[in-house]
Amino acid sequence: MGSTTGASGDRNDVVIIGAGHNGLVAACYLARAGLKVQVLERNDYIGGAAVSRKLYGDFTYSNCSYVCSLLRPEIMRALELPRFGLQVIPYEGGCTMMRDGGHLALYDNHDALRREIARHSPRDAEAYHRFSTDVIRQCKFIKPLLMREPPDPTSFKPRDLMELLYLGQRLNSIGEDRMYDTIRFWTMSAADFLDEYFESEIVKAHFAGSSIIGTALGPRSPGTAYVLLHHYMGDIDDTVGAWGFARGGMGAITAALTASLEASGGSVRTGAAVEQILVKNGRTTGVALASGEEINARLVISNMDVKRTFLKSMAAEHLPADFLTAVRRFKIRGSSGKLNIALDGLPRFPAIPEGSPCIRGDLHLTDSLEMMERAYDDWKDGRWSQAPYVDMLIPSQIDPTMAPDGKHYMSVFVQYCPYELADGPWTAAKRKAFGDTVIDAIARQSPDFKSLILHAEIRTPWDIENEVGLTEGNIFQGELTMDQLLFNRPVPGFAQYRTPINGLYMSGSSTHPGGGVMGAPGANAARRVLRDLGRAS
Amino acid sequence: MPPSEPTAPHFRKPLLETPFHARARELSQIDQFVPWAGYNTVDVFTTVEQEYFAIRNASTLYDLTPMVKYRVAGREALEFLNRLVTRDLRKLRVGRVSYVVWCNDRGHIIDDGTVFRLAATEFRLCTAERQLDWLLDSAIGFDVEIAEVTTDIAALAVQGPTSCYILKRFGLEGVERLKVFEIGEFSVRGRPLTVSRTGFTGDLGYELWMRPADAVAIWDELMAAGRTRGLRAIGSQALNMARIEAGFLMPNIDFMNAEHTVRLGRGRSPLELGLGWLVDLDKPHFNGRRALIAERRAGSRRLLVGLDVAGNKPAHNALLYAEEAGRREVGSVTSALWSPTCKRNIALAILEAPHFAVGTTLWADIYLNRELVWERRMAKCRVVEKPFFAPERRRATPPADR
Amino acid sequence: MSATAGTRRYDCIIVGAGHNGLACASYLARAGRSVLVLEANERVGGAAITREFAPGYRVSAGAHLLNQLPRALSAELALGEHGLEFAAQELPTTAIASDGAPPLPLGAAGDAPLSALSPRDAAAYPAFRARLGRFAKVLYPLLDSIPPRLGTSDWGDRLALVKLGWRIRTLGRRDMRELLRVIGMNAYDLLSDEFETPRLKGALGVDAVLGTNFGPRAPGTVLTLLNRLAAESAAGPMPLAQPKGGLGALSDALARVATAAGASIRTGARVASIRVVDDRVAGVTLESGEAIDAARVISSADAKTTFLKLLGPRHLDTGFVRRVDHIRSAGLAAKLHLALDRLPTFPGLDRARLGGRLLIAPSLDYIERAWNHSKYGGYSPAPMLEVTVPTVNDPSLAPTGRHVLSAIVQYVPYETRNGWAADRAPCLEGLLALLDAHAPGLGASVTAAELRTPADLAHEFGMSGGHWHHGELAFDQFYMVRPVPGAAQYATPLAGLYLCGASCHPGGGVMGLAGRNAARAVLRGAA
Repeated sequence: MGSTTGASGDRNDVVIIGAGHNGLVAACYLARAGLKVQVLERNDYIGGAAVSRKLYGDFTYSNCSYVCSLLRPEIMRALELPRFGLQVIPYEGGCTMMRDGGHLALYDNHDALRREIARHSPRDAEAYHRFSTDVIRQCKFIKPLLMREPPDPTSFKPRDLMELLYLGQRLNSIGEDRMYDTIRFWTMSAADFLDEYFESEIVKAHFAGSSIIGTALGPRSPGTAYVLLHHYMGDIDDTVGAWGFARGGMGAITAALTASLEASGGSVRTGAAVEQILVKNGRTTGVALASGEEINARLVISNMDVKRTFLKSMAAEHLPADFLTAVRRFKIRGSSGKLNIALDGLPRFPAIPEGSPCIRGDLHLTDSLEMMERAYDDWKDGRWSQAPYVDMLIPSQIDPTMAPDGKHYMSVFVQYCPYELADGPWTAAKRKAFGDTVIDAIARQSPDFKSLILHAEIRTPWDIENEVGLTEGNIFQGELTMDQLLFNRPVPGFAQYRTPINGLYMSGSSTHPGGGVMGAPGANAARRVLRDLGRAS
Repeated sequence: MPPSEPTAPHFRKPLLETPFHARARELSQIDQFVPWAGYNTVDVFTTVEQEYFAIRNASTLYDLTPMVKYRVAGREALEFLNRLVTRDLRKLRVGRVSYVVWCNDRGHIIDDGTVFRLAATEFRLCTAERQLDWLLDSAIGFDVEIAEVTTDIAALAVQGPTSCYILKRFGLEGVERLKVFEIGEFSVRGRPLTVSRTGFTGDLGYELWMRPADAVAIWDELMAAGRTRGLRAIGSQALNMARIEAGFLMPNIDFMNAEHTVRLGRGRSPLELGLGWLVDLDKPHFNGRRALIAERRAGSRRLLVGLDVAGNKPAHNALLYAEEAGRREVGSVTSALWSPTCKRNIALAILEAPHFAVGTTLWADIYLNRELVWERRMAKCRVVEKPFFAPERRRATPPADR
Repeated sequence: MSATAGTRRYDCIIVGAGHNGLACASYLARAGRSVLVLEANERVGGAAITREFAPGYRVSAGAHLLNQLPRALSAELALGEHGLEFAAQELPTTAIASDGAPPLPLGAAGDAPLSALSPRDAAAYPAFRARLGRFAKVLYPLLDSIPPRLGTSDWGDRLALVKLGWRIRTLGRRDMRELLRVIGMNAYDLLSDEFETPRLKGALGVDAVLGTNFGPRAPGTVLTLLNRLAAESAAGPMPLAQPKGGLGALSDALARVATAAGASIRTGARVASIRVVDDRVAGVTLESGEAIDAARVISSADAKTTFLKLLGPRHLDTGFVRRVDHIRSAGLAAKLHLALDRLPTFPGLDRARLGGRLLIAPSLDYIERAWNHSKYGGYSPAPMLEVTVPTVNDPSLAPTGRHVLSAIVQYVPYETRNGWAADRAPCLEGLLALLDAHAPGLGASVTAAELRTPADLAHEFGMSGGHWHHGELAFDQFYMVRPVPGAAQYATPLAGLYLCGASCHPGGGVMGLAGRNAARAVLRGAA
């Protein structure tokens, strides 16, 4: 049964549906502004998709999200997350193992990295400098947009016009050449983009990985260069070293957020599944739980994705038809699976040189763009990738809280895995077959891997949807495609965290700037709420 | 594995060691090393004063191996290089060296370096940074081969008033006849050696290019030959002092590779850096030519100049103002030094138009740490001609023996 | 064609007598410039030519239908007066099937066959067409103008951007929002959101991907669709037309317009290089060695060919060359030409529809799968086809009673892993089988067959990569960044050198707008 943490009282200013990281971030900001905030979580545990779970023995699984990279530093600072216990341990590199026994590693040290890439192509080692310069130029342009509300280009309101002007000026400030680069960067495929820098297939494959994670697109799909950038955002300026493991697993982030929230007087109630958002005369009055209990509030913020909020948690009659159509047409696609594996020891990867720190980073098996694109072809045809792209991490190497001594926890993110299979619904047998495909792929690079497996939790998009509540198990609460970014996210005209229902707001990754454990949507939503309440900060 | 490759894998020891590294370790008193172009190199061996004065008053040995070197060869090697750099290399004879800069499309400098014409169709390009990517893209449409040869060639700079004497004594017969920017091929006790009369000190000096396998022996023999002429090994700090006096620019200090700048307006054209004499607009098209013509027509918006700064506190990183009150910022210092030879407080600075005319008075905002108490001082400066120090001996052929 | 050789110096030399080159020549000559058009082949037309591919059988060897020629342009140039006649206009489009399903006509609203398949789709279709039509109308002026530069202090550029923004606003809030959403979408999703009938979606998807290197799931394919529709919107309400005598007839008419305006045209005159003196264009040198002087050279060749081959990188800066080198121009559309000894029979197709545009694209997934193979160096065993039987409307193209079939085949890569020497025969065999499945007996009626891969087309028409649009038409190679920044306003970094071909905005298709916009840029530059 559920429980309530922190102080609980009678009248709520704000009820937030879903104790995922964005819901908690929004809650923290609002509580700090003096509002009475109640977060409701359907599950018996806090965190949404940023959780640490003990599902087998003394192992801790970050069983959904698995990397702390994008969490905005301004949020960490404002909500004092380090004070509330968040510790992040940086990656020590990363590696793609090749089918021929070779590998490409990434190292923090500039010279080590150059020499590593030069093993594959001396030219690419130097093109890398151009690549990272160009990526940083684009990130610097985009970064300030993350924590701002996207303007409505159809609006004549001063605020929107000013914001458009701001965007225009920002774009103008980067100079003519960079503007063209920006246009191209936002619209190119990762494969075409990488082709402009690198000649070595393994180098391209390694960098392309981040362009497809969480998306229902392949590396040759236009727009994936932006997704690549989306993942690079954690790499610049004040976020240096932000790619890392949260000590104690991803639940540590939401635990710190919860602690921060409670310290400001907010509370989280678990086991409180919201059945309906209550609407009266076009205005929300609160929520009704599955138990029948009604909780009233002046404002409701839904941290659920846009489909779950409007198609499953409220009566259609309250919403304009156009809006409903747009919500239905918003693309939230399941494309990734996850394996969480308890290991009896550290697996050997003969492709990785002895002593290389890259094993304490993200590990991959896809050594060519063709292999990656073919993995996507499988998804298009409604089956999981036969040679999947995996993003593996073994956080227990540096975080002793994740597994008993000498044993290890491995997080395996898998791309692609469809929500709906061409040959009918997911079954236990299919889930196992999916897991076997992934385990076999890993075992091809690690001879002792299978023998070390003590337990494996296999999660398909279908499982993630059912457990976490993310539609189709999509980790970004909606595809990060051109038609679903900025003022189009999630619905044109409703990109500013408001909804057609008075008093109802959105704070999830369905809103700008999208997914990843970034917290920006939650912070932006909170700012919007405060502004609407006349408490602009 | 090339001889300079250390045995530890790159992820344990990211920096390479030059063939002289063992000697450097032996001579280093304070273990002060710095990374340079992927190599672990000596910053200071003993004290920077000792090393600096050896440049101006005796002779010095400086390990130049990390300088990035490319072999550029082929039927259109000249055409390729001439399109790459701003100078007209058609005038560069075989056996000569040219100091060059090269630009991007906007006419902003990517790097500076030297071109050695080793044969009609064979060149060596020495650069500060690795840039195979840019060179190969610049080679589209040219019949030319480009390969990095940095590890294949060990290099030593022998610089200072007694350097010629030392080299003769070492066995380079006839080296005194080498003119500035001339290349000579020698063989000393069976070891081939290329010598160019080039350097980064603005003083008399030579650079020696050799096989890595011969490197240690040559080092030892040079040290032996120089014993009576005060030859000493120096690190990069002392060299940096000398180069500021000579008015030479340092990439990533006085300018940045324009292709690696993230912010708008950080690229610098050769005209802005006072290197207009390196830009030959009358030769066939080269990278950045159209932009440079436009800049010359419109006038440069800024210029890198020499400054004479009042007092004796180097104006490191100082912002420059048009008046003492410090209201109108007009530029900033890129390199600063109390020049021990000139006994002047000098600096290189980038200034906005129209404040860069020689004779202009400016004010440098200098922060001084005086026993942990920071003080701010507006120091009067004057825009002066470069170089600050250019002794006649650097050009004398043959040079004096002592 | 007239061959006015001479040693005189021209105001303008135009490289290539394709439709854009000829249109450009016509406008420049009319503006009083002395113009010489140089064409490498023995005939004018570029990729808009009619060629004999088997004894007595002639076919439009590149594009085979006219659907994007703006009425304004053909009126301005008086193409009709200069001999352009149509064998048929307002041609219908029909999605055909091999499974015995009746043909599905596209175009007119409320067609009975669609209603039978899906009343929902039949109801949604007219509104969908109308909406896209409104978008197309708003976007058309974009095609018909020189793209602005960004970040300059030029008020003309700024004004152009403001006008573009204003035009989109005139759509009204609802349409504007929808346009800004769908323009970044992929055709697969757009059509799947609207419709349920696979063949309808497949057929509509054809227009989104025809001539591109993308499958319908690729974001940006709605942009290519809108680009096509925008061009069509200026060509008329039912824009599909078949010139009498094939597409070559259009080129011949354009050549007559140019000549009448005073331009000279020389065929069989292959330009080997563009000459440069004192960093500006001085003229061209022909392969024969002959040098011809001109103050301006306007190249209708693609950007890669123009800059890297004709001009040469040594006259350009590395960054620019790098951008040109990165232009994606691998073509995926092949041409299939068949000589038939009788009229093919497609079940359920009347003669009027047989003379129109026939599409084989049973579903969006079918198209997407067809694309898959080409990603890995293979040709599609089940390709997407746009088929015409031009002899239905124009018997002059074949001996009496005989027929010609011309089809655009997608996706066929420029090169295959096995090489075309090995792949050509099986690829052709597969195509014949596919057509035979749609028109039983067709295979047996083939007396001659010609498969023109993108490599063949590249060779025949001198386009690098054999791409229809002289370079992929996608956001990153569109409008202000087409073909590359620094050459997107038709002028190039080299004084006196201009581009006027399909690699410029607004891309390929027999539109003539690149030629007309380029002429404007030349005249503007000279003013």
